[in-house]
Amino acid sequence: MTATAELQRWIRFTPAQRMARFAVFFVMAAAIAWAIKTIEIIPEFLYDAPEQVVDMGKRMWPMDWSHFWPAVWPALIETMHIAAMATILGLIMGIPVGFLAARNATPFPWINAIARFILVATRSISTLIWALFFVAMFGPGALAGALAIAFHSIGFIGKMFSEGVEEANKGSIEALQAAGATRMQQIVMGYWPMVLPTFWSVALFRWDINVRESAVLGLVGAGGIGMVLNSAIDLIQWDRVSLVLFTIFIVVILIEAMVTQIRKRVI
Amino acid sequence: MNTASVTRDTFFAPTLGKRIAMIGVLVYVVYAAATLGLSLERVEKGIGYGARFLAGFFPPSFTETDILPGLLESLQIAFLSSLFGTVLAVPIAVLAARNLMPTWVTWIARLIIIFCRSFHPVIIAIIAVKAVGFGAAAGIIALTFASVGFVGKLLSEAIEEISLKQIEAVRATGASFMNVIAFGVIPQVMNRFIGFVAYETDSNLRNSTMVGVVGAGGIGGTLFSAFQRFDYSFVAGIIICIIALVMIGEVLQIYVKRVFR
Repeated sequence: MTATAELQRWIRFTPAQRMARFAVFFVMAAAIAWAIKTIEIIPEFLYDAPEQVVDMGKRMWPMDWSHFWPAVWPALIETMHIAAMATILGLIMGIPVGFLAARNATPFPWINAIARFILVATRSISTLIWALFFVAMFGPGALAGALAIAFHSIGFIGKMFSEGVEEANKGSIEALQAAGATRMQQIVMGYWPMVLPTFWSVALFRWDINVRESAVLGLVGAGGIGMVLNSAIDLIQWDRVSLVLFTIFIVVILIEAMVTQIRKRVI
Repeated sequence: MNTASVTRDTFFAPTLGKRIAMIGVLVYVVYAAATLGLSLERVEKGIGYGARFLAGFFPPSFTETDILPGLLESLQIAFLSSLFGTVLAVPIAVLAARNLMPTWVTWIARLIIIFCRSFHPVIIAIIAVKAVGFGAAAGIIALTFASVGFVGKLLSEAIEEISLKQIEAVRATGASFMNVIAFGVIPQVMNRFIGFVAYETDSNLRNSTMVGVVGAGGIGGTLFSAFQRFDYSFVAGIIICIIALVMIGEVLQIYVKRVFR
């Protein structure tokens, strides 16, 4: 009877799967152990951290509301413009790259590879680094900021788009091909209507992220509310810092609530 | 045979609402571009600078003694912040799930998650630099906050979407709360959780190359100072290294997800 009992023993994973899982856990544990062992942290700085935070909290309260209308509000409006323009520009640049990266819409592997590289490269250079570039090119200001976020968004928008396009239904594309549609017509009449929901959700999602991103651009002189934050920090006016942080917090929450509502109703 | 009456462009013609929306977007773009100070001569000048700039990138220089420690520190920041962030995010996500917890508890947990999500890691890094001084500790704190927000939000949403029948079945056997979590909730969200953590580590890796700009450790500091002394060939070298690192991270992420599928 032992033989049948042996047969009925249920094992969830094959040995290869178990080995792969073990390898992942092992590498993770090794990486963390290495990081903990070799990281340079000066413990003396950590001891007085609670005091520093309490001190900072005291200086942050009460907020300096007189600073709101003359400085924070115009900067906030500029931030919103930066985020909106960057989203529009990012969509204009990202969508074609997304189509080029999708294997079914562009059946040339080397073009796919180039497009994919553009997507990864634009995404891995962070907004602040793009901002440094564009500040050097166009001088400090909101223009540099909008371009920085737009270029950083290409990767995200393009990736989401190419995934959306690759999931598109083959049938209607084949119907268009049978009718003699050119590649451009296939994209405009076949793929585009199918990825329209992706378009809206990506546009909204990216806009939400871009508002957050545009709040830090000012640190490298690329306009928006970050400029106000940066100058307040440089002048050690913590009551103004807290006002800016509070404003960002409220705006981000409002936008997130709005995006959730739009998503529920439209998509 | 009147074939000319059906012309091509009558198909798929935009409706009135769509036209108004398009014109609205166009008007906004022109208005916003004007407020941002976009002008043709500025673009022309900028492209000239940009070309000089790109010329300065070649040949990229890789000064190993400067790049490697920064990259390794970025890796350390990414690993540790993902670890701390995940460890903190799991209980908060459980507390924020509306199908497991009373409403008032979910609100407190939700507030924590919203707070962590609202601020860009670099802003938290500035505050953290003030609290614990320059260096990797500030970077770890900043990215831990970001991770708690990200994993906390997605995981709590994943928990809210689970099937309650299994929870009921586990409860019917007289299981305690921890048992319900261990045998009713975790098996249902494990796969998605691994996906979130993999994505989170990937995004921490990307952000850890950035927090150095405000002095919170990692390769970002090296990059920023190279920028400030106009050492563009070194800038190019660092950026190539960052792209390579992020690409490796992305490939690894795909493999890890495949192993756990």
